[in-house]
Amino acid sequence: MSLNRELETLKQEIAELKEKLNKKEQLLHALYKKQEGICTYNNILSTDEIVRYSRQMIMPDITVTGQETLKNSKVLIVGIGGLGCPAALYLASAGIGEITIIDYDAVELSNLHRQVLHSENDIGTPKVDSAFKKLERLNGNIKIIPIIDHVNSTTINRLLKATKYDVIIDGSDNVATRYLLNDACVLNNIPLVSGSALQMEGQLTVYHYKDGPCYRCIFPIPPPPQTVTNCGDGGVLGPVTGVIGVLQALETIKILIHSPFVLSKRFLIFDGIASTFQNIKLKQRNIKCEVCGDAPTITSLIDYEQFCGSSAHDKVTDINIVKPEQEIEILCFNKLRDDTLVVDVRPELEFKMCCLPKTLNYSYTKIMDNIGDFIKFLDVNTTQLSKNVLVLCRRGNDSQKVVKIVQSHLINHNINLYNVKGGLHAFSKQVDTTFPCY
Amino acid sequence: MKITIQFGGGVHLLFGNIKLHEIDLPDREKHWTIGDLLLWMTDNLLQERPELFLQDKSVRPGILVIVNDTDWELLGCADYVIQPKDTIGFISTLHGG
Repeated sequence: MSLNRELETLKQEIAELKEKLNKKEQLLHALYKKQEGICTYNNILSTDEIVRYSRQMIMPDITVTGQETLKNSKVLIVGIGGLGCPAALYLASAGIGEITIIDYDAVELSNLHRQVLHSENDIGTPKVDSAFKKLERLNGNIKIIPIIDHVNSTTINRLLKATKYDVIIDGSDNVATRYLLNDACVLNNIPLVSGSALQMEGQLTVYHYKDGPCYRCIFPIPPPPQTVTNCGDGGVLGPVTGVIGVLQALETIKILIHSPFVLSKRFLIFDGIASTFQNIKLKQRNIKCEVCGDAPTITSLIDYEQFCGSSAHDKVTDINIVKPEQEIEILCFNKLRDDTLVVDVRPELEFKMCCLPKTLNYSYTKIMDNIGDFIKFLDVNTTQLSKNVLVLCRRGNDSQKVVKIVQSHLINHNINLYNVKGGLHAFSKQVDTTFPCY
Repeated sequence: MKITIQFGGGVHLLFGNIKLHEIDLPDREKHWTIGDLLLWMTDNLLQERPELFLQDKSVRPGILVIVNDTDWELLGCADYVIQPKDTIGFISTLHGG
């Protein structure tokens, strides 16, 4: 207990010191700003700005005119996660005049391997606040606008009505938001820099740029929800989101300075395993497209969660499909687990990462491939004394499906399956917090 | 006829976890279209859950079909006549970030 108290006191002290530091930094910042005015040798940029951006400005691709354009540009970044963080980092560094970041989510420990603007002491705080602090410290010459909010038709309409953005960056993590941003960009005539990543692969393109296609031209129908994997289930490597996020910043700059080679009508596929970039030639705008076609049927934003049949976030929605008598509570599970067969149905790689002692692993996918083999496994591993089997997984969803489906095949086997309610997440919260709640 | 089939964005999970397949389509009088190839793949390569690959006799929404680095929509979709040494890719779009 005293260790806990010590931890708390220290945390409190650090928070107070940070607050103090923050105030001092703001003061310093304000003084700096007062000190620097417009450079007498250039009408738009300050002396510091000229030095700061000189390495990019002296290139014929940017020039001083390009830098002035960047300074006068407004970019909206939707999602400040694995893609949004590196994109924002490089755009702020490059001197984009106004960057708005919007996200509703809070920083979690499992974000830090790829969401490089957030750090350990930001856990639990809004991602937007954490990113704002870092970006502001990085470049005091520009304006960062933090917005903690869900991205939906209402909030996007409000944002786009108030500000004329030059580019929108899609750094979101779900299908519904991707369609929403596409339609919003088409209806407001703003190019959309779209990036995505999963596991070791990334994808990148610019939608609705000049005569190029929009997202709906290429994907008029949303994918079936069961075919969509999120980063929490499929995993993703930090450098892979990093590559795509940084390239999103690059395409944004290219759009702003009117580069003739913007990644429109093309689709870039990055394979982090093979270290290859594949550049796919896409079609032009589809004149029959529902939103950007010649006779559009979508003329205002719709309900995108309904359209896609999935939520506008990448969190798992818990299910409830087994009868109460087929479930046991986590505390009860903890008492029984030493003397009962516990089958952990998570994927093998997750089981190897962390598991409870004396539990056996038999993955959900393997069970569904061949239920007969799983029943043989249960027959071998249950004892004469106990024919009860406790089925366990990460959150208690796959285990419910196993109980529901397999129990109906067990009529002559005298074996009873029970779902461990809430799974290992519940175990970590209620029994032992040192079990990783990943 | 020898061609290469490439999977991306997780589609390989339905095809024995292999991303690149060098295949030899049986010789026949009639030419091979991608439409024919889809059926051949379903019978000979696909290992699980066909509904996650095909829908209404074409690929399911969210999969890009690519012929030698070009979207098949620029080449006639399922009617494209496959040529020897073509590389045909099936890439699922990703949504994570």
